[in-house]
Amino acid sequence: MNKEDIELLKEVTETLTDQSEVYNIRKNGESIKRKSSDYINIVPKEDKSGLDIYVKENTLFGIVHIPVIITESGLTDVVYNDFHIGKNANVIIFAGCGIHNEEEKTSVHDGIHRFYLDENSKVKYVEKHLGCGKGSGKRVLNPTTEIYMKKASSMTMDSTQIKGVDDTIRITKGVLEESTTLEISEKILTTENQTAKTIFDVELNGENSSVHVTSRSVAEGSSYQEFASNITGNNKCYAHIECDAIIKEEGKVKAIPEIYAKNVDANLIHEAAIGKIAGDQLKKLMTLGLNEKEAEEVIIKGFLK
Amino acid sequence: MLELKNISFKRDNKTILNNINLTLEDNKFYCITGPNGSGKSTLAKIIMGLVTPDSGSIIYNNQDITNLSVNERAKLGFGFAFQTPVTFKGLTVYDLLKIATGREINKKEACNILSKVGLCAKEYVDRELNNSLSGGELKRIEIASVIAKHPNLSLFDEPEAGIDLWSFKYLMEIFKEMNGTKLGTTIVISHQERILSIADAIILLESGMIKEIGNKDTMMNTILTNDCPKGGSNE
Ligand SMILES: Nc1ncnc2c1ncn2[C@@H]1O[C@H](COP(=O)(O)OP(=O)(O)O)[C@@H](O)[C@H]1O
Ligand SMILES: [Mg+2]
Repeated sequence: MNKEDIELLKEVTETLTDQSEVYNIRKNGESIKRKSSDYINIVPKEDKSGLDIYVKENTLFGIVHIPVIITESGLTDVVYNDFHIGKNANVIIFAGCGIHNEEEKTSVHDGIHRFYLDENSKVKYVEKHLGCGKGSGKRVLNPTTEIYMKKASSMTMDSTQIKGVDDTIRITKGVLEESTTLEISEKILTTENQTAKTIFDVELNGENSSVHVTSRSVAEGSSYQEFASNITGNNKCYAHIECDAIIKEEGKVKAIPEIYAKNVDANLIHEAAIGKIAGDQLKKLMTLGLNEKEAEEVIIKGFLK
Repeated sequence: MLELKNISFKRDNKTILNNINLTLEDNKFYCITGPNGSGKSTLAKIIMGLVTPDSGSIIYNNQDITNLSVNERAKLGFGFAFQTPVTFKGLTVYDLLKIATGREINKKEACNILSKVGLCAKEYVDRELNNSLSGGELKRIEIASVIAKHPNLSLFDEPEAGIDLWSFKYLMEIFKEMNGTKLGTTIVISHQERILSIADAIILLESGMIKEIGNKDTMMNTILTNDCPKGGSNE
């Protein structure tokens, strides 16, 4: 890894250090560095590109880093990572991808991540996507996340894409069994003529399962975003989907809510609000001395924080 | 010194402010009162630059500020507490106070400011400025954001609205302090007798015109015998 690689890696996962216990670093379609521990084992897949990550049951405070960087223009990198989280285990997983494109060809990363949470396990998944470089070639990221949750497991997923990604289709699927909790928070910023599509597809199958999705996005320039959620309640369950978008200039945002209650005790809520920055917010900050542009930046920065 | 000269504002064929002429001296405490819809908020917003008058001029310390933007007036030392506080998704009380003071204050300083409005500070600094805060809490944070700025000229639009009696005493402390230290001009739009009673001058607005200016002794009778000006919380 050269200096630029290290910087890009740092942007993707700030918390990865030389002391990190478990990690796999992938560059331009290949694993270049890997480390497992007694509790968490990373095994490369044999039939396709990717990893199986086994977290032993009862593992406490496990931390895994699996960043990806792409610096080769024109590369399409597809990776399948499966996370097997043992009973009662508790882990934090940092993932993400940075594409640095200095040339004219399109670089693509498709990360298909599947999470199998065994009973009573707990996962925090942090994912950050970004693009950079001066090349005219596009930076495309298509993450697919599938989450299978066994009884009493819980997962939070924080996903951020706030810089330089030209096109993205983000698919998140969840299948929730009894007494499980899934919390997803997503932050997206698109500029120029970028596009971002987000699809959440969650099936609440178990009694007392719940999902909470908070999506905050900003569409600037002439960018386009689409937010679709498709939540099915098959049992006594709770879902709360909040989609908040700020549009600027020629930005466009479409929200497609679909909630389907198949059980009389299913309680499903979808809220979507799209609009430009409220005039009152700008005015308030201007009375404190910020000019309009500064006020706008403060509002957007806070919104995506 | 702030001078308003021939300020008029009309909308939808309705005269909202009709040729207002007013001189406000430095380091004095003024109250503007009057019936709902008499134009008090509009007048305060015109002073802050939040609303542009159709005609007339505003002179501050011999400088014509009629065409200055809101933030330019803020830089001159103007502060404004909104009648209805603005909420923000993602901004915290701490963020707002940092912007208000214009520097990287630490949490302890932020707490000190909040305690002036009677908020148990630690519980509030990291709260988001959204509707999970009650109306009274938002109102007090709004007031805190103005006093944090230490304005030379501060405007408070019905600061008592939505505030419980217990918090009202903090509000009175703030105004008494502002009145006592004479560190700037304070203009409070209020219907509250106790706030009116500490004013150096009370300005009574009716139908977009100044009906009377006087001190508490001469004015309280006029106001109290007049059946119109009662507490209200309209915009
Ligand atoms: N921009 C506007 N367009 C139309 N009507 C307005 C506008 N601003 C204020 N008004 C009206 O002017 C009157 C005075 O408003 P306001 O200054 O808020 O009164 P007050 O604060 O004394 O209750 C109200 O009837 C209000 O509806
Ligand atoms: Mg008013």
